[in-house]
Amino acid sequence: MGKKLSAMDIVGRARSDRKITGIEIINNIFDDFMELHGDRLSDDDPAIVGGIALFHNQPVTVITTNRGSNTSEKIKTHFGSAMPAGYRKSLRLIKQAAKFNRPVLCFVNTAGAFPSKDAEEKGQGAAIAQNILQISSLPIPIITVIYGEGGSGGALALACGDEVWMLEDSTYSILSPEGFSSIMWKDSARTAEAAELMQMTPQKLLEKKIIDGIIPESDNHLQTCQAIDQVLWHHLKVLQKLDKEQLIQMRMARYRKF
Amino acid sequence: MKLYEQYNTLSERHIKADRNADAKVPDNMWLKCPHCNTTFFARQLTPFTTCPSCDYGFRISARQRLSWLVDNFSEFDTDLQTNDPLNFPGYREKVKKLQKQTKLNDSVLTGEAKIASTTFSLGIMDPTFIMGSLGTVTGEKITRLFEYATKHQQSVVLFTASGGARMQEGILSLMQMAKISQAIQRHAAAGLLYIVVLTDPTTGGVTASFAMDGDIILAEPHSLVGFAGRRVIEQTIQQKVPRDLQSAENVLAHGFIDRIVRRQEEKKVLEWLLRNGGANNG
Repeated sequence: MGKKLSAMDIVGRARSDRKITGIEIINNIFDDFMELHGDRLSDDDPAIVGGIALFHNQPVTVITTNRGSNTSEKIKTHFGSAMPAGYRKSLRLIKQAAKFNRPVLCFVNTAGAFPSKDAEEKGQGAAIAQNILQISSLPIPIITVIYGEGGSGGALALACGDEVWMLEDSTYSILSPEGFSSIMWKDSARTAEAAELMQMTPQKLLEKKIIDGIIPESDNHLQTCQAIDQVLWHHLKVLQKLDKEQLIQMRMARYRKF
Repeated sequence: MKLYEQYNTLSERHIKADRNADAKVPDNMWLKCPHCNTTFFARQLTPFTTCPSCDYGFRISARQRLSWLVDNFSEFDTDLQTNDPLNFPGYREKVKKLQKQTKLNDSVLTGEAKIASTTFSLGIMDPTFIMGSLGTVTGEKITRLFEYATKHQQSVVLFTASGGARMQEGILSLMQMAKISQAIQRHAAAGLLYIVVLTDPTTGGVTASFAMDGDIILAEPHSLVGFAGRRVIEQTIQQKVPRDLQSAENVLAHGFIDRIVRRQEEKKVLEWLLRNGGANNG
């Protein structure tokens, strides 16, 4: 931190090809990871990867958005934009975690939920709505780290738990600055101005208490993972000391203030 | 007017007469249904403001809807004001102007209402107020509505009409989705009934939260119900999508809406559901 970057610089860094991936985070932070597939309705969306992992010897449920590592994966994952089945899979896994009193750790880097005919007809809106509605009352600690783009409702569906953290070079907003400038000013040349105005960078979001903290990021991904590990380990311990009632009350208060 | 010279029945006098007649025709005498394109006399329009041919419900203000919907109403939270969280240029002025026009402080009207003998909590979103978008005041009013209903053991009826997030309020608009959902969750946990009526248009973050959370979800004929904007979809998948993809009828066919209800019948249907759709106290 301490670098003077414009909002648009941070948007660029959040979208960079060299950005840390969700799979890297999972492989480096957790000792074991057992992936679990499917929404138990009809599909398995590769844009959401989830399962059970060991975190400091404790089983936790881990969920990440996945942009894919090669062209064919990128196409299958819609560059990390989930289908309704992806959100339904994540909700299934979070409810399973609640049943077994396992904490949940989510990692989010998505431009937003995928917009397509298929996504509409399978209820993209309804799927996201169910995540936000049901997660609000599940009494297990839920921490989210936004590690790239936090795009609108598609990000919120995995970032509505007890704490939300962001990597230094990441964003969280209602839509892209390109979309914002074209809707508000019918002028895509004003993207940088939009990025500034939207207050989508970690520092601005922290000031508004939308997020709970910023995690320093390094070009060395291992170092970034260590920083994420430290934050999660410390804050999970604090949340796990609360009883279920307290946890839900604090979560309610977190969002009630907005 | 050389054009008319070939018609020996049309003289200069006739044309002048036509012009005068034209000036006497009032504006807005004809209306065109945006759904079925039928043209009809504005006089044919009932207070329900629906198309006489296809029953499409025109976009109307919250107060207009209220005028035929309930037997009694007392309004909540008329004094809340946005604090313009992004300092968005010109936003406060825009809101002020719309407040005058709509006689609302933001894009939703909330209060306690009565149909026949049932008292319930009612919210009506107003598509004429920045396209019913979800701002901080809208979110706060809807949250308080659910909190009031939970406290007083009432059902909630919410008419949605929204273009989605309020751009001018940025990320705080997104947070309203989580805030409202929590209040709905508590209302639901108390065993209380929540009825949604989707009206034209219901899209974006509203569809992705409280519009799809109802125990019973009704919709007006041919209303637009969807998550992503049609243009965004077409640009993303590089294909044209069918015109009716996001029509209430297609959304119903895919299992996300309980019933389509004509505006003229809404009051009767709500009266029945409020009496019979919630907890069985018999």
